Amino acid sequence: MANKLAPETADPIYKTDALIAEDIEAYLDLHQNKGLLRFITCGSVDDGKSTLIGRLLYDSKMIFEDQLAALEADSKRVGTQGQEIDFALLVDGLAAEREQGITIDVAYRFFSTEKRKFIVADTPGHEQYTRNMITGASTADLAVILIDARKGVLPQTRRHSYLVNLIGIRNIVLAVNKMDLVDYDQSTFERIVADYRDFARGIGIEDFTAIPISGFKGDNITQAPSANTPWYQGPSLIDHLETVEIANDAALARPFRLPVQWVNRPNLDFRGFSGLIASGEIRPGDPVRIVPSGKTSTVKSVVTMEGELPRAGAGQSITLTLEDEVDCSRGDVIAAADSPPEAADQFEATIVWMSDEAMIPGRGYWLKLATQSVTATVATPKYEIDINSLDQLAAKTLQLNSIGVAEITTDRPIVFESYETSRQFGGFILIDKLTNATVAAGMIHFSLRRAQNVHWQAIEITRDQHAAMKNQKPAVLWFTGLSGSGKSTIANLVEKKLHRMNRHTFLLDGDNVRHGLNKDLGFTESDRIENIRRVGEVARLMTNAGLIVITAFISPFRAEREMVRAMMPEGEFVEVFIDTPIEVAEARDVKGLYKKARAGELKNFTGIDSPYQAPEEPEIWIDTTAMTPEEAADLIVGKLIP
Amino acid sequence: MALHDLHDDAGAPQRLTHLQRLEAESIHIMREVVAETTKPVMLYSVGKDSAVMLHLAKKAFYPSPPPFPLLHVDTTWKFKDMYALRDKAAREAGMELLVHHNPEAKERGINPFDHGPLHTDMWKTEGLKQALTKYGFDAAFGGARRDEEKSRAKERIFSFRTASHGWDPKKQRPELWNLYNARKNKGESIRVFPISNWTELDIWQYIMAENIEIVPLYFAAPRPTYVMDGQLFMADDPERLEQVLGKLPELQTRSVRFRTLGCSPLTGAVESNASTLAEVVQEMLLTTTSERQGRVIDKDSGDASMEKKKQEGYF
Repeated sequence: MANKLAPETADPIYKTDALIAEDIEAYLDLHQNKGLLRFITCGSVDDGKSTLIGRLLYDSKMIFEDQLAALEADSKRVGTQGQEIDFALLVDGLAAEREQGITIDVAYRFFSTEKRKFIVADTPGHEQYTRNMITGASTADLAVILIDARKGVLPQTRRHSYLVNLIGIRNIVLAVNKMDLVDYDQSTFERIVADYRDFARGIGIEDFTAIPISGFKGDNITQAPSANTPWYQGPSLIDHLETVEIANDAALARPFRLPVQWVNRPNLDFRGFSGLIASGEIRPGDPVRIVPSGKTSTVKSVVTMEGELPRAGAGQSITLTLEDEVDCSRGDVIAAADSPPEAADQFEATIVWMSDEAMIPGRGYWLKLATQSVTATVATPKYEIDINSLDQLAAKTLQLNSIGVAEITTDRPIVFESYETSRQFGGFILIDKLTNATVAAGMIHFSLRRAQNVHWQAIEITRDQHAAMKNQKPAVLWFTGLSGSGKSTIANLVEKKLHRMNRHTFLLDGDNVRHGLNKDLGFTESDRIENIRRVGEVARLMTNAGLIVITAFISPFRAEREMVRAMMPEGEFVEVFIDTPIEVAEARDVKGLYKKARAGELKNFTGIDSPYQAPEEPEIWIDTTAMTPEEAADLIVGKLIP
Repeated sequence: MALHDLHDDAGAPQRLTHLQRLEAESIHIMREVVAETTKPVMLYSVGKDSAVMLHLAKKAFYPSPPPFPLLHVDTTWKFKDMYALRDKAAREAGMELLVHHNPEAKERGINPFDHGPLHTDMWKTEGLKQALTKYGFDAAFGGARRDEEKSRAKERIFSFRTASHGWDPKKQRPELWNLYNARKNKGESIRVFPISNWTELDIWQYIMAENIEIVPLYFAAPRPTYVMDGQLFMADDPERLEQVLGKLPELQTRSVRFRTLGCSPLTGAVESNASTLAEVVQEMLLTTTSERQGRVIDKDSGDASMEKKKQEGYF
């Protein structure tokens, strides 16, 4: 396969070299007002993707002589094309990837024509890399799906099309490449287009533009029809890219929404709300509503360094001031008063898992949507999608590169729209709370009826009144530590002491709860999380009743303890770390469990074959090797009631 | 030429131009960093990209001054004009300017003539790490662009670094939509590149449209020059040059300018008569060699040298 471009046959995309030389001012005026189109190319190296990108860069003068010279030298040394120029080297950036001979990430390329500047997301066609394609496609206005004319529609073509459609790209170009290798045969082209149309309809792609091209020879890239395809009536690839309508136009027509990024307060006289307008337009005097609080105000001004603007629209980064002193901070949304977005705390969403570590249903992840950050849990998926067959499969979790549909619950309502309506308010990422890695991308379908219809029952006797009658401040003393560390022993002593002091307490013990409330749960990671979640909810209800709740659970995972902490009012969650080294706990082995675990009779035993994540900054730290249980209990009570 | 006239005379909304979209994206990125990190800083190298970055920062936070300091990791070998503009620009923006000199490099007298690649490594790479650690910055803005060099094309906008400032190209976080993940553990930091998606031509066009002040060295003027290893250099400080080299190279006045600015003995000049912005852009568009070609540092260790530098902590 010849990958070497034939520059002598190239039609330059720039036809303005003369203008640059003769009248640079006129040239610059022309280019000052260009639009921007971001697109993604999908296909494997075999489809001639690198050659096509190489040609677009070369024709628009983005490859310079020194780079070409370096490329020639590289091609001889590490290229896969013998003495010919290997264009994959030009678009494959990182050394490690070069050695493997494959592209494994998303790279961004730039070129420019008379009418538009283009940003190309170049992603690999390898099936393991759903993650990269979704990432590259998330910012694209258009997708170019490459097909090798000799091979026709392949499983990977289907995969790419499915992903492109999933991420919401409505402008699809089917570039049937290597037409030179099928003698520019019209019926071959038409058969491929018909095959693709059948498949595309099935997954909801309503429209696409098919173009027969040769990236190597340059046919129908800049000018159409090429002399070799007189039967082709449509635009050249570049013509199409230069003129196709893009999404920002549609965003302008939707109701106004500004996700507040940052509150600008240089002094007491100025309070501005900064952000990137997600949709719609705004003018001074327009009525707005702050969501989720629902408060209303009127826009006073649109502030920029060059002066106030008469109006601003989707895609602009601006700062607004309002007529009234309303509460508004990062995460809030300033919206058109008559059509504000909804807020909800339960959704159905499509989730693309992007981490080597599988999803854990019930675990708390950070969810970031627009400028909002909340804790979210993902339920066991309703199904996973096999992206080869598009079948819906049963799934307990989601692995790297798998796509599924699941319910998401957030710890407080967030402002949203469906992804279909708005990428900005329907697209979110999930972040692991321990590693801080971005582990998933999600797209909201809709909020669940339950979230809208299960209203909080207004209660007339408040939690403060409950607590006041008991003459105490409610709290949760959350004991955590290894099995056999002494949690239950010390917790019992603490309760006795508090009881003697006339405090109203309740002790929730791990073993006891598993006999009743949680008897349906086992010891897998997700069951352990659900165990803790339920205990957390019970503890919260009890503190609402004014009680001091004492819990004694191993609760090995930091994320779950943080989840419970987040359920409680500030200051009411007191983490008590019963710190006993595993050797000591194992030596005590009061219940004989370590022995069983060592013998392999107990699976998922904390400290043996399941990790214990020690608290980093517990409110109370008990070193059981340095004090007796009695002393520990005194210390804890002393901290709670000084 | 103002960038924000979004409507035609009849008041109908118009499409954003490519520069408007790029500007909005960069401002969005800068505000995200300020909202989500505790102690950001802006790396400031006084070049044209830094000038654009500073201008964007002023716009992003107006009427507040940008809520972070500028940091110049200096090698003591920058052009005099650069030092002058650096101090003036920081003052006018109302921002604190921090200048860091690697004390070890200073003590050992590391210079570009005697020490070759070690000069960049000690003053810039090590100097940068020292400065970030010394002040405890958890986010640092840099002006790198994806069109500059192959390994930059895959760099994230938020580039995550370990506590020892290392960069692992396999462990970068996926970046979707315009949602950036700025979370990190204690000691770790992020480098943020708000102008990732700008090209060299975009930078020049923006400088023209927004009337941004840049170092006069970008424009051609008669300057004292000398030739070394086949490249043309400007004798910015002949006295110091003589001191280091033992004797002053033969100087000749030529009309030259610089396409990129770094250390004066490491930054090749090009012969040129382009003395206005338009002429500079004209020359750039008609040229057939890439921008960083004038810089000696990218070629130090052959293939993928920039990637290696980045793993070691270079910006």
